Amino acid sequence: MRRIFVIAVPYLWLLALFLVPFLIVLKIALSDMALAIPPYAPTLDFQAGWAGIKAFVSELDFENFTFLASDDLYWKAYLSSLRIALVSTFLTLLIGYPMAYAMARSPEAWRPTLLMLVILPFWTSFLIRVYSWMGILSSEGYLNQFLLWIGLIDTPLAIINTNLAVYIGVVYTYLPFMILPVYATLEKLDGQLLEAAEDLGCSRLSAFWLVTFPLSRSGIIAGCFLVFIPTIGEFVIPSLLGGSDTLMIGKVLWEEFFSNRDWPVASAVAVILLLILIIPIVLFQRNEQKQRESEG
Amino acid sequence: MPQTVFAPWDDPKETPLIRFEGVTKRFGDFTAIDNVSVDIFAREFFALLGPSGCGKTTLMRMLGGFETPTEGKIWLGGQDIGRTPPNKRPVNMMFQSYALFPHLSVWENIAFGLRRERLDKDKIAARVEEMLRLTRLQRFAKRKPHQISGGQRQRVALARSLAKAPKLLLLDEPLGALDAKLRQDTQFELVDIQEKTGTTFVIVTHDQEEAMTVATRVAVMDEGRIVQISTPDKIYEEPQSVYVADFIGDVNIIEGTASATGPETYAITWGEGRPPLIAQSQRSFSEGQACSLAIRPEKVAIHAQEPEALNRVRGKILDIAYLGNLSTYHVELAGGQIVKAQEANTRRIARRSFTWEDEVWLSWSDTAGVLLAE
Ligand SMILES: Nc1ncnc2c1ncn2[C@@H]1O[C@H](COP(=O)(O)OP(=O)(O)O)[C@@H](O)[C@H]1O
Ligand SMILES: [Mg+2]
Repeated sequence: MRRIFVIAVPYLWLLALFLVPFLIVLKIALSDMALAIPPYAPTLDFQAGWAGIKAFVSELDFENFTFLASDDLYWKAYLSSLRIALVSTFLTLLIGYPMAYAMARSPEAWRPTLLMLVILPFWTSFLIRVYSWMGILSSEGYLNQFLLWIGLIDTPLAIINTNLAVYIGVVYTYLPFMILPVYATLEKLDGQLLEAAEDLGCSRLSAFWLVTFPLSRSGIIAGCFLVFIPTIGEFVIPSLLGGSDTLMIGKVLWEEFFSNRDWPVASAVAVILLLILIIPIVLFQRNEQKQRESEG
Repeated sequence: MPQTVFAPWDDPKETPLIRFEGVTKRFGDFTAIDNVSVDIFAREFFALLGPSGCGKTTLMRMLGGFETPTEGKIWLGGQDIGRTPPNKRPVNMMFQSYALFPHLSVWENIAFGLRRERLDKDKIAARVEEMLRLTRLQRFAKRKPHQISGGQRQRVALARSLAKAPKLLLLDEPLGALDAKLRQDTQFELVDIQEKTGTTFVIVTHDQEEAMTVATRVAVMDEGRIVQISTPDKIYEEPQSVYVADFIGDVNIIEGTASATGPETYAITWGEGRPPLIAQSQRSFSEGQACSLAIRPEKVAIHAQEPEALNRVRGKILDIAYLGNLSTYHVELAGGQIVKAQEANTRRIARRSFTWEDEVWLSWSDTAGVLLAE
């Protein structure tokens, strides 16, 4: 009895919070747009009994998905999201790894404080932080004012409303997600391994590449997925910091849903996005599992 | 054919492989190594012995290049290596915790140092195979460190540090993590490998038995200083201080005052109304100088009747420690002092001649003990 309960809880959780909403979204994706409330047809009418359900199912089709395939806006948006996510993940790694490394190498007494500083931004609202970046990056923003003041530039740089601003926003927002897992693996690293590597003829640098880096691999992989997965569907950062030419699937989805009120197409976009994300999510889980086993 | 004894330290013409010259190491204002000078010769198996925290690891880390001496010089083969980084020394170290690379297989761990020398593949493979054979690890070449036992890991660490054929191999408590039986086997294995490869070994240990088993010479350390360097038998038979006598094996220390009774012979007064003890000593003592007589328990005989012996004392058996092959009798003398005597158990325990509370006599010869000044 208890065992059934223990197993049932996570499955019920999954069912209620993932599977049911997903099926609802999938159902909408298979429907047609309608000028009604809710703005799609058909709707399921349980009062009509079995015949009602049959009539409902017969009206569902894959029209919206064929539409997505025929309009190149969508697959361009998917590709562009993938590219932006990949590039930002790489940049986050490039910036986050040295930070995590420095933290792990700092005196033990400082580490809790440094860790605190990494987590500190989460204490303010994400939206407010993105808005502040608008204040920093806009043409009259602090950055441009500062650069003009020190005389480095004559005319303000156009950063806001470009992909560059999106990259800055994404890297800034997701940096802690990279630093934390990488730091966790680096902090566990036995310093004697590096001494052993040097003893066997490595320079400091080659000891890093041959020992430290491979041993922090699982942290790097975890960090990359934690940045990559949410960035693909990111909507707030591209709409606030990006320009009209910043194409991201999250933004497209939002516009289909709220501007066009085309719930079925928006749902179809969401279903495809989910299918794309399943691959990295599964890979991420496998990495975590392997990590646990090797420590096990 | 006369067998030549390996004793380069007695030969003034030999030049040492390693020479510590007044080496001091301080961490802040704490002195971990205090003005140490020592010569270690090629092909030696040199043991650093001392209680935990006396500076053994620090001394070894200076040889490996992980610490630099605060004062003094360290010479290796005629070169001052005090500030040479670890990767530029012909020295390899086997770490106390083994420090095997967890992401590499046994084979790759052993090949690690060879690959850094950019040897060609065949040479590396041949050398790794040789090391695997030497340490009997062929069957485990493909395993990762977490897939083998503690004893095997220890052998991988040894193979890895030997692979580059260093002039000097440093072993920091290499057998600390092994159980008693495996330890013993491995000690003999170490000696065997040391002889086969002709490498100079410096081993750190806090286990005096281990040091005695493997070493050509033993340096006993106390609080950052070396208090005695001798061959294992000399350390045991001729300790130069109470500290060394007490640290190496079991010993009875009897304190008293010395007075000469003949050439190299002293009478030791050790309490009111007792006949003085007689001991021979090459070390000379002035009249009435305080001294300690150190006698090993196995050199003390135990009797039921008063024996005909130069030194004899009477007491009561307080305790018997049964060690299987031996028994140690703790005998309390009239003044409350306890003297230990050890006897081989040649008879079954049921037929033992002495038991608790028995009145017994203890005796030893005038050459059984060592007379020490401090
Ligand atoms: N890096 C260091 N900083 C400060 N003190 C140290 C350091 N390394 C060792 N010590 C001190 O030096 C003393 C000797 O240490 P160690 O050589 O490790 O002893 P052993 O190996 O004989 O147990 C100890 O008291 C230890 O606390
Ligand atoms: Mg130590």
